[in-house]
Amino acid sequence: MTGTIPLQYFLIISTLMFFSGIFGFLTRKNLITMLMSIELILNSVNINFVAFNRYLYPDNLHGHFFTLIVIAVAAAEAAVAIAIIINIYRNFRSIEVDKVDEMKF
Amino acid sequence: MTDYTYTLLIPLIPLALFLFTGLTGHKFKPVVSGLIGTTGLFVVTILSYMTAIRYFWTDHVEGMGYTSLKAFETTWIHFSDKLTVNLGVLIDPISVMMLIVVSTVSFMVHIYSLGYMKGEVGFARFFSFLSLFTFSMMGLVLATNIFQMYIFWELVGVSSFLLIGFYYTKPSAVSASKKAFIVTRFADLGFLIGILMLSFMTDTFDFQTLVSPTGPAITQVGGAAFLGLSGITWALILVFMGGAGKSAMFPLHIWLPDAMEGPTPVSALIHAATMVVAGVYLVARLFPVYSLAAPDALHVVAWVGGFSSLFAAIIACTQTDIKRVLAYSTMSQIGYMMLALGVSGYGGHDGLGFMAGNFHLFTHAMFKALLFLGAGAIIHAVHSNDMKDMGGLRKYMPITHITFLIACLTIAGIPFLSGFFSKDEILTAAFHHNMPLFIIEFAVAGLTAFYMFRLYFSIFWGKETHYHHTPHEAPATMTIPLLILAFGSIFAGYLPFHELVTSDGMPFEAHIEYAVAIPSVLIGLLGIAIATIMYRKQTEIPQRLATGFGYFYNWAYHKFYMDEVYLFVTKKIIFNYISRPVAWFDRHIVDGFMNLIARVIERSAYLIKGFQSGRIQQYGFVFVSGTIALVIIFIYLW
Repeated sequence: MTGTIPLQYFLIISTLMFFSGIFGFLTRKNLITMLMSIELILNSVNINFVAFNRYLYPDNLHGHFFTLIVIAVAAAEAAVAIAIIINIYRNFRSIEVDKVDEMKF
Repeated sequence: MTDYTYTLLIPLIPLALFLFTGLTGHKFKPVVSGLIGTTGLFVVTILSYMTAIRYFWTDHVEGMGYTSLKAFETTWIHFSDKLTVNLGVLIDPISVMMLIVVSTVSFMVHIYSLGYMKGEVGFARFFSFLSLFTFSMMGLVLATNIFQMYIFWELVGVSSFLLIGFYYTKPSAVSASKKAFIVTRFADLGFLIGILMLSFMTDTFDFQTLVSPTGPAITQVGGAAFLGLSGITWALILVFMGGAGKSAMFPLHIWLPDAMEGPTPVSALIHAATMVVAGVYLVARLFPVYSLAAPDALHVVAWVGGFSSLFAAIIACTQTDIKRVLAYSTMSQIGYMMLALGVSGYGGHDGLGFMAGNFHLFTHAMFKALLFLGAGAIIHAVHSNDMKDMGGLRKYMPITHITFLIACLTIAGIPFLSGFFSKDEILTAAFHHNMPLFIIEFAVAGLTAFYMFRLYFSIFWGKETHYHHTPHEAPATMTIPLLILAFGSIFAGYLPFHELVTSDGMPFEAHIEYAVAIPSVLIGLLGIAIATIMYRKQTEIPQRLATGFGYFYNWAYHKFYMDEVYLFVTKKIIFNYISRPVAWFDRHIVDGFMNLIARVIERSAYLIKGFQSGRIQQYGFVFVSGTIALVIIFIYLW
């Protein structure tokens, strides 16, 4: 296993991706950008899965399977989210998240 | 033992009639429901007479006493093995006697109503209510246990309420019906408490067990003493309170005069002959318990009865509404019956008062129903209740005149008419057992004769009033019941009651005691004579007497201000000092507490509602910060 990239590198990159996602999700006003931020979060998790699988249980493939499931779910989620965004646009004439605040007291 | 199961039909036929005419009455011509009701009642009357003849004569073994028997009994509600409520049919001398009274008067009133109520709005409704009343009264009379009696007791109260308020568009009728219901309901509260106390002490509702001389009620006289009277005495006094309410005894009588707002046949049936004697029947039903276990309660019965009879007789002398005079007369006569039961002992000749009370109940039902139906015929002809609008009617209404005269003579205690026999027995019983009460009753006998003949002369003699249209005799449907009841009034006194209806079921010797009978007849004649002088021709005497008595006359004319006393007590005292504080407590303390809770919650909700802003990113921020905080707490600070 020499000459390979150490596990910490993977974890650092995934942490960076994760918090960029969170930051994007909490600060961007555009719904599409927020959706992209969520994809970043999911993918950071995927990296963690694959990395840990490779370093802790090289003989098993469970981490890979989880990653595949997450990718599939993320694709479905993106489809649903975009459908929702289109409907929001039709109703509010905007995809700014600040405008969509009718569900309150 | 012979089979009396068919007596179950006696209450059930009127029930079926009530349901049938009540539910489908609007589909036929009104007269059809009237005829159906009357026919049904005819069958009930036949069954009742058949039962009486079988019980008293055919099935009776000579020399043996009359025992009570249960013709039918079923468990209605089963709470536990000790507590069950039964429904059934009890046959014994007084219930059979009441069967005759109720069925006869009810049948007569049905026939009479066919004429009297003709063309009235709600004719079918009237007959269905009459059937409901007959059903309830029969159920009450035939009750095998005190709880069944209580159920039917309330049912007669309801039917009385419905019938008093029959002309529900008239405000006075509506308030009279409410008054009757509320006053009797108040009395029934005492009755219910009495029942519960009695059954708590004896473990039974059943009449046969209660009145058996070897039963728990009589042998295990007990219950903690309270104010110097034993528990069972209090229970029986409370039971009597229910009876006093229904029977319009002082001070619970105020509903009866107002109940005259109902149609006159109803007054005859319910408020003269049957329902108002339910109280007497109740005391008679429990008589062995009263007599053997709680003589103090019996004294209360006697004095309340005696006082009520005097009180009502004085008021009756001053009233001008003919139905009210009759109502007070009814109250007075029921007072007589109560007094008779109250002065009676148990068994043998001591039980004379018991026999006399029931005897008077029987004869009174006949002649008072006759008086009311006669008054109804007069009102039908004159269209007024007031004596002032009447006079000289004897020429126009000969049959009514004769029957009314017979009834007046009967109630006045003229020899050889039924009232003489029963009243004489009561006076004899009082004479032997309680002298002060005898003197009161002796005076009442004179007053009774006076006010009845005052009524009679004012209606049929006196000045000739100018009527808007000539009064005419009532139709045959109304005069035939009058004639039948007049027949009953004359001859009911010849029934050998001292052999049939006695306190212990055994016959005893009864004879007319001349020392009592002759003075009582004389005072009756004296009353009639005074009334003749005063009212036969229009004279100045009544006016002069009224001014002569002054305050007392006014007092009696206003019914001794009993209504005002009640209004004062309820409106000024109970409303002001109990109801208003309670209402204030409810409104300000109870409601206030609830409102406080609601307001606190509302305020705090208002404070925190800003958290739900609808902004997704804010939610996300809170969520993420929360997660991070938890992570820090669990990993580094735990």
